Amino acid sequence: MSSAAGLPRAADLGLLSCLACGLVCRALPATAAPHCPRCHAPLHRRKPASLSRSWALLIAAAVLYIPANLLPIMQTSTLLYSENDTILSGVLTLWRSGAWDLALIVFVASIVVPLLKIAALATLLLSAGAHSRWRRRERARLYRLIEFIGQWSMLDIFVVALLVALVNFNSVAQVRAGPGAIAFASVVVLTMLASMSFDPRLIWDEPQTGSRA
Amino acid sequence: MPTLIVCEHCDTVYQRAPLQPGQRARCLRCAAPLYRADLAPPALLALTLAAAVVFLIANVFPIVSLDLQGSSSQSTLWGAIHAAWDSEVGPVAVLVALTAFFFPLLQILLLGAVLLALRRGGLRRSLLVDALHSLRFLRPWSMVEVFLLGALVAVVKMGALAAVQPRPGLYGFAALTLLLTALNSFDLHRLWECLDE
Repeated sequence: MSSAAGLPRAADLGLLSCLACGLVCRALPATAAPHCPRCHAPLHRRKPASLSRSWALLIAAAVLYIPANLLPIMQTSTLLYSENDTILSGVLTLWRSGAWDLALIVFVASIVVPLLKIAALATLLLSAGAHSRWRRRERARLYRLIEFIGQWSMLDIFVVALLVALVNFNSVAQVRAGPGAIAFASVVVLTMLASMSFDPRLIWDEPQTGSRA
Repeated sequence: MPTLIVCEHCDTVYQRAPLQPGQRARCLRCAAPLYRADLAPPALLALTLAAAVVFLIANVFPIVSLDLQGSSSQSTLWGAIHAAWDSEVGPVAVLVALTAFFFPLLQILLLGAVLLALRRGGLRRSLLVDALHSLRFLRPWSMVEVFLLGALVAVVKMGALAAVQPRPGLYGFAALTLLLTALNSFDLHRLWECLDE
C-alpha cells in the first residue's frame, strides 16, 4: 500500500467527480448544492448519509432473511402427496434426486450468497464507520465482489416462477408459490440497495476528511 | 476537466492515458477498474440491434415444455410472470417482470436510441441526458443471465417429475445473455464523452 500512499485524492485537491457521468469538476465553495455541468446530476463529496442508509436497508434485509428461510417458497401438490418447500428443503430435494451440481448452485446462490452479503456489508459498514485502516485493499475488493454477486440471489425466484407456470395440470400436479418467495425477493432487493447506498470511498477516508462527508 | 479521471471506488485522481485495444486501466490504490479500450459505438450499435432481435425470439417462443401423463404444458417468460401473479405472490411477479423483461427491453431500446442519435443527431440533448441516466440506473437491475440459469435449474428440477424439453425460447435467452453481457461491460462514461464531442 506504500506505493499508493502518495496518490492524490479528489477530496484533498478540491475536486468533485460525478458518479453518473464521470466528469471531474472543481468544487466551488460558494455553491451549496452543486450539480454536474454535463449531466446535471447532483454532486456530492461522498454519497449522502451513506452509512445510515446502508445500515437501515441492511437491517431490514437481515430481519426478512428469517421468514425467507422459514416460510415455504413453493407448494407442490400431486394426486399422491402435497409438499411445502422452503429454500433449504428445495436444495435437499435436488441433492437427493442426484442433481448435486445444481443443488450446489442453488445452495450457493440462495443461502450462502445472501448470508455472506449481509455479513460482508456489516463488516464494511462497521470498519468504514470506525475509519479503520485494516486491510483496505481487501475491503475494497470485498465491496466489488458484493456488487457483482448481488443479483445472482434472484435465481430461486425465477425458478419458482417458471415451475408455477409449467406445473399446472389442475388436479394431477400443481405448483404454487408460497409467501417465503416474497420475503426472499425482498431480501435480495434490500441487500442490493444497501450495497448501492454504501460509498466505497469511505474505506479510504481518514477521520478528519471523513467527518465532513 | 476531461483529461482527469477519478476512481469511483477510492477517490484517487489520475491523468487519463490512451490505451491500446484490449488494455484496461486499474486504480493503483484500490485495484478497481478505471476505464478500458472499449468497442467503438458502431460495433455497439450492431450488438444492440442483434440483442433486439434475439429479445423478440426469446420472448415469443416458449422456453420449455413439459409432458405429464399425456397432457403437456409450455411456458414463455411472460407465462411465468402471469402464473406467479395468479399464485398470490404479486410482488414476486412484478419483480420478475421488471428484472427479466421490462428492464432488459428498456436497456436495449434506450441504448439503440442513444447510439442512433449520437450517430445522426436529431434527438434533443436533454432527452439523451435522461436516457443515459436511465441506462446507468437499469444496469444492476437487468437480470437476464440470472433468469437463464433459473430456467436451466427449473428444467432439471422438473426432469424428475415429467418429460421436459427445451424450446427455442431457451436458446434465445442464452444468446440474449451473451449479447447483454457484452453490452453491459461497456463503459457508459464513454457515451457521455461522445455527447460532448
